[in-house]
Amino acid sequence: MDKLLQLKNGRPVERSIIPQVPYGIFFKTLANFVANEGFVVQFFAYGSETKGRYRLLAVVRNTELYVIGTEVGTSFQSLTRAASEKFHLFEREIAEQYGIRPEGHPWLKMVRYHPNYSGEADVFANDYQQPIPGNYPYFQVSGEAIHEVAVGPVHAGIIEPGHFRFQCAGEEVLHLEIQLGYQHRGIERLIPTLPQKRLPLIAESIAGDTTIGHNLCLCQALEGLAGLSVSPGAAVVRTIALELERLCNHIGDLGALSQDVAFTPPAAYFGRIRGDFLNLLQVLSGNRFGKGLIRPGGVCYPMAEEQRGLILDKLSEIIPEIEHVCDLLFSAHTVQARFEHTGTVSSEMARELGLVGYAGRACGLPYDARVVFPTECYRQLPGNCNQLTRGDVNSRATVRREEISHSLDLIQLLLDQRATEAVPVKIEEHGLAPNSLVVTINEGWRGELSHCLLTDDQGRIERYKIKDPSFHNWTGLAMSLRNQEISDFPLCNKSYNLSYCGFDL
Amino acid sequence: MLKIIRNKLEQGCKTSGYPKEGLNLYQRYRGMPIIDPQCSREIIEQCAALCPQEAIDVAEKSIDLGRCTFCGQCAGVADGAFVRFSQNFELATARREELITTGELPELAEHSSQHFKKLFGRSLQLRQVSAGGCNCCEADTNVLNTPFFDLSRFGIDFVASPRHADGIHVTGPISRNMEQALVDTYTAVPSPKVVIAGGCCAISGGPFSGSEAIVGELNRIIPVDLYIPGCPPHPLTTLHALLSYFK
Repeated sequence: MDKLLQLKNGRPVERSIIPQVPYGIFFKTLANFVANEGFVVQFFAYGSETKGRYRLLAVVRNTELYVIGTEVGTSFQSLTRAASEKFHLFEREIAEQYGIRPEGHPWLKMVRYHPNYSGEADVFANDYQQPIPGNYPYFQVSGEAIHEVAVGPVHAGIIEPGHFRFQCAGEEVLHLEIQLGYQHRGIERLIPTLPQKRLPLIAESIAGDTTIGHNLCLCQALEGLAGLSVSPGAAVVRTIALELERLCNHIGDLGALSQDVAFTPPAAYFGRIRGDFLNLLQVLSGNRFGKGLIRPGGVCYPMAEEQRGLILDKLSEIIPEIEHVCDLLFSAHTVQARFEHTGTVSSEMARELGLVGYAGRACGLPYDARVVFPTECYRQLPGNCNQLTRGDVNSRATVRREEISHSLDLIQLLLDQRATEAVPVKIEEHGLAPNSLVVTINEGWRGELSHCLLTDDQGRIERYKIKDPSFHNWTGLAMSLRNQEISDFPLCNKSYNLSYCGFDL
Repeated sequence: MLKIIRNKLEQGCKTSGYPKEGLNLYQRYRGMPIIDPQCSREIIEQCAALCPQEAIDVAEKSIDLGRCTFCGQCAGVADGAFVRFSQNFELATARREELITTGELPELAEHSSQHFKKLFGRSLQLRQVSAGGCNCCEADTNVLNTPFFDLSRFGIDFVASPRHADGIHVTGPISRNMEQALVDTYTAVPSPKVVIAGGCCAISGGPFSGSEAIVGELNRIIPVDLYIPGCPPHPLTTLHALLSYFK
């Protein structure tokens, strides 16, 4: 613990004060930390002054946020097997991005399928001239009664691409392997090469359903490094937008869950009500996903009396409808029969994997970044508490229901505050503090979002690291499918509704 | 059962009257740009410098709607002296170059191919392919199936298999990792087939232009018949495009 430097969410620190320790101490410190209710927020590599040497940086949390760094060559001892599964994907990502091998990693395979940034030998010996992320020997269960089901990358509906490989004995899924990377757009590599005016558009398009969340992370990071302050009125608009985004998605997903158990009335109603919330984001920002609303220093479209009134009127109209449709969905015994005891992940498993957001809260991990690391207006707002935490589809659906009513309360509290005036900001180049690190965390609708920005001695962006909550939670979905009927896959999948593009970057 | 009936009564019929009746979008929505050609060069230069997408051509006084994400930054310059955004959501075109506009777009219905109208006018089945999209375009295409838009009443459906489709609707900047799957899907659609580029990513690479991990323009690998701009296109923009082009 004493080796770690405490950070504040969104507050930059000079790179020179980040503890740089020998790898052995780095390993021990992190292993101890995660063994005591500690979780990994970010763990990534970046270049050093010396060729063939790389820096590793870990940002971890318990009730506070800490950072620690080290330097390694082209390999290091894996923390995944020795310390915790929480490091699993991060270490694979480090191997893929910089060609650094975590020695002893239990399952070292590619994450997104792209050549590494450093020019080191490829850890996976892939030939990237072949444009297929799925070209890789999947884990196989063998036996006479075993069969394999392959799904994707192009799925049946209007959804994003990814590949799922099921190992089944009859209807029972023994193992599900999820291979993503099809949506990889090279965002982390692209960002340091661009002028600042392009960055918000990219942050808004990391995962479009988390437009507000990811863009908040970017803007707070730039604000921290440029010393910009956000007016209270702009912060209110940002907070309302983040809650509207949560509402759109939770409501849409409850409808989709209903569809997947063939109970169509709530699916139709929630599908339409979700549209009402998208339209409220359009009232605020002119775009149904809130694109263009937030820029460093504040918001481009402040909330005037007119928008405030429109939101209030719409809420008073649809809140009773939402309650009635929720009641219709959750009291139907056919729905309960499908939701309960389906896709269960135990609390211990969730802890070991480090699940976040509603996926974690439905397993009894109460972490909510709005409470632990509050940004914008969350310091003044009440938190939420979940009653049903059994880790099944029913719990994940119920957590969403509870979060819907919590978010509606928050928006009404915020609309009661009259101070919503703000001067619209314009996009401009801001001077960033040189040689600095800033970490931003927000509770997006799926869970903990985090961006990490390192500047060089000229104040240019040297490394930009993005983490979507899906990075933690895809493994949760795979574990949910263990010993489930394969026909329950759509239901389990929707109960998480993870992001492909947020993961693939 | 009683609860279902009670909810059904409360919900009522929510399907929109579009295209028979017009629809007004909220004034903050940014649709078809209104460009003032009399505007001074200095102001247009300011707009162009501010534009994150390099969509503004100062000499031509035009905006490329295939690159524009409709973020609205340019409309804030000198109180919209060069460009303001109207609430007109009818933005699609049949040719890429027509998206570079000085304030007007050709009437899509008149420029669409009679061949496609004849073939697909009564029934159109599309396979959607998301290729590196951020999921906004996909989400706002998906909502066409909600009761408000109710796309299938026009005989247009999104289908699961490319073999059952008359064409593909592509979103996203075509990540390199999806290029092969996209081409395979296109090949699997029986001819004659139609290709629709939805959103500024599929049209021009969008915010990801310049990344090594993407192809960028869809037109570079597959010939495109219909361009639907926006980031993402409003569902009504897509609906208008499909109805005008095929009906």
